[in-house]
Amino acid sequence: MSSASPALFRYIGVRILQALPLLLGVVVVNFLLIQLAPGDPTTVLIGDYPAPEEYVRQVRAEFGLDQPLPTRLVNYLGQLAQGNLGYSFANRMPVRELILQRLGATILLTGVAMALATVIGVLAGVWAARYRGKATDGVVQTTALLGYSIPEFFLGQILILIFAVWLGWLPSQGMRSARSTATGPAATLEVGLFLILPAIALSMRYVALISRLTRASVAEALTSDYVLGARARGVSERRVLFVHALRNAAAPIVTVIGYNLSFILAGSALVETVFAWPGIGRLLFDSITRRDYPVMTAILLMVSIGVVLANLITDLIQAVIDPRVRYS
Amino acid sequence: MSEAILDVQGLVTEIRTRRGVVRAVDDVSLTVGRGEIVALVGESGSGKSMTAYSLMQLFPTPAARIAAGQIRFEGRDLLTTPPDELRRIRGDRMAMIFQDPSSFLNPLMTVGRQVAEPLLARDYPRNQIDARVHDLLTRMGLPDAASLARRYPFELSGGQRQRALIAAALACKPTLLIADEPTTALDVTVQAQIMDLLRSLRDELGLSLLLITHDLGIVAQHADRVYVMYAARLAETATTRDLFHDPRHPYTRGLLRSTLSIEGASDELYSIPGVVPNLAAPPQGCRFHPRCPLATETCHQQPPLAAAGASLVACWYSDRVA
Repeated sequence: MSSASPALFRYIGVRILQALPLLLGVVVVNFLLIQLAPGDPTTVLIGDYPAPEEYVRQVRAEFGLDQPLPTRLVNYLGQLAQGNLGYSFANRMPVRELILQRLGATILLTGVAMALATVIGVLAGVWAARYRGKATDGVVQTTALLGYSIPEFFLGQILILIFAVWLGWLPSQGMRSARSTATGPAATLEVGLFLILPAIALSMRYVALISRLTRASVAEALTSDYVLGARARGVSERRVLFVHALRNAAAPIVTVIGYNLSFILAGSALVETVFAWPGIGRLLFDSITRRDYPVMTAILLMVSIGVVLANLITDLIQAVIDPRVRYS
Repeated sequence: MSEAILDVQGLVTEIRTRRGVVRAVDDVSLTVGRGEIVALVGESGSGKSMTAYSLMQLFPTPAARIAAGQIRFEGRDLLTTPPDELRRIRGDRMAMIFQDPSSFLNPLMTVGRQVAEPLLARDYPRNQIDARVHDLLTRMGLPDAASLARRYPFELSGGQRQRALIAAALACKPTLLIADEPTTALDVTVQAQIMDLLRSLRDELGLSLLLITHDLGIVAQHADRVYVMYAARLAETATTRDLFHDPRHPYTRGLLRSTLSIEGASDELYSIPGVVPNLAAPPQGCRFHPRCPLATETCHQQPPLAAAGASLVACWYSDRVA
């Protein structure tokens, strides 16, 4: 790879530089969107009952809301640059702390769900492509269609009903048992048990999506000349499938996985609510019901940054898979 | 002819299509001797490439299957050989190279890795693979093999790609190389180089070569014997010299007349009247009769492949052609 590496690193550098202005743009658009939203944050601060005009003006001045929009934007960016995301009124703590507390749980849940979806989806898709037109293919396709049609919050409730309520095999609420004192590996194992049901509920849709896409993409790759060429060299069928066909089929699969990282964050809001998972998604749900604007804004920002990063990573993976991308 | 390493009898390959079953290869018999260069000639759609795929039992479409016949290779009946053993024969004893080297190389894998694949599939000592790959690439006339092996197909020229494909095909020293129009996609100067390379490999390694082509110039220059295919069937077979000097099938004659020669340069180029028949509904009997100047009622019966002059010809009037 020594001849290819400089091109790869140059490509990565360029893509990261391109992502920076995009992130700034996302921040500005997010800020403006919230400004466009109807309602005045002071009503939330003061409450709905009539307050003296003088007091309202005082509160507005205190929070800089009397300043013109460009000034407020600059102030916002300045605070953001210092890592200040605002103050949550509902939780009575800085938003940054609140989010840092919850971020890990969401990254764990969405990360595990997406990894699960990728591994199962790709394997099922390759399997279906290998036996396309046969019974195996039909079973995978039908299961995928079913998985895709069930909303994650409903699937979550069904899973709770079966595995937590009826069978009593798995816990269903939270991330750890309330009275747990476990530490070290025991604690990891405990979180793992709590993770199983929400991860399955969250990943099912993406298992379906990824397996269908993988099937189509691999089936197409299997008809190409280089697969025939590889078979003519006596290459094993497993290697034909996973090295020749899958790698060439990977571009759309990687794109869809990266693209869906943002959707899985949205889906996790519902699943976290169903399973009382202490993550960002549930925090978002709570902050919407409590009209906790600073938290909403901050989560919106986090998700936007997540989407930009996911796209960046997708592009980088594409470049690693396909040497031609690095040179274009 | 020396001892035959490939002996095909009555091969029939069918393709299922929406309009029914099409016989892409219909009762084809051929042999290839050790160290021999045998050409299989025909127009597009004559079934010559399908014959090649049938020998490997690898088809570009799952709709194709061998319906009848026998393929004996190195004394072994390939049609009754289990798939796993067939895979071990492919690339090891019997290898194939293709028309368009750019599409038959995996675009996402370095050239060196693809050349190494047949070795990897056969417990070749791992620590010697790199050296073997470099040696192969060098022998194929590719200078600076070490750096070339690390490059991707899109970084190579067409001729270099075909050389790399040949290197991969020959990695395990097969006895038979099936070359499916190996020079069609290449520049004329590169064509000659590739053919010279294949020929020298035959001389050095005792390789047998089944050359699928529509280029009669290449056949005249390189082949020892020729099979002419027309509409999925064999029309004529002879040694190259006999075929070019004394063609017996009207189709072969037409084919030879329709190539340019220096003497005939001023004349208009001959072309056989009519078009190649649709294999979904082939003509009764001899498939060439609708286009044949000699055709009579008799030609509605399929003629057997019979001796005429020094050739075997499938024509009722092979004695009249001469």
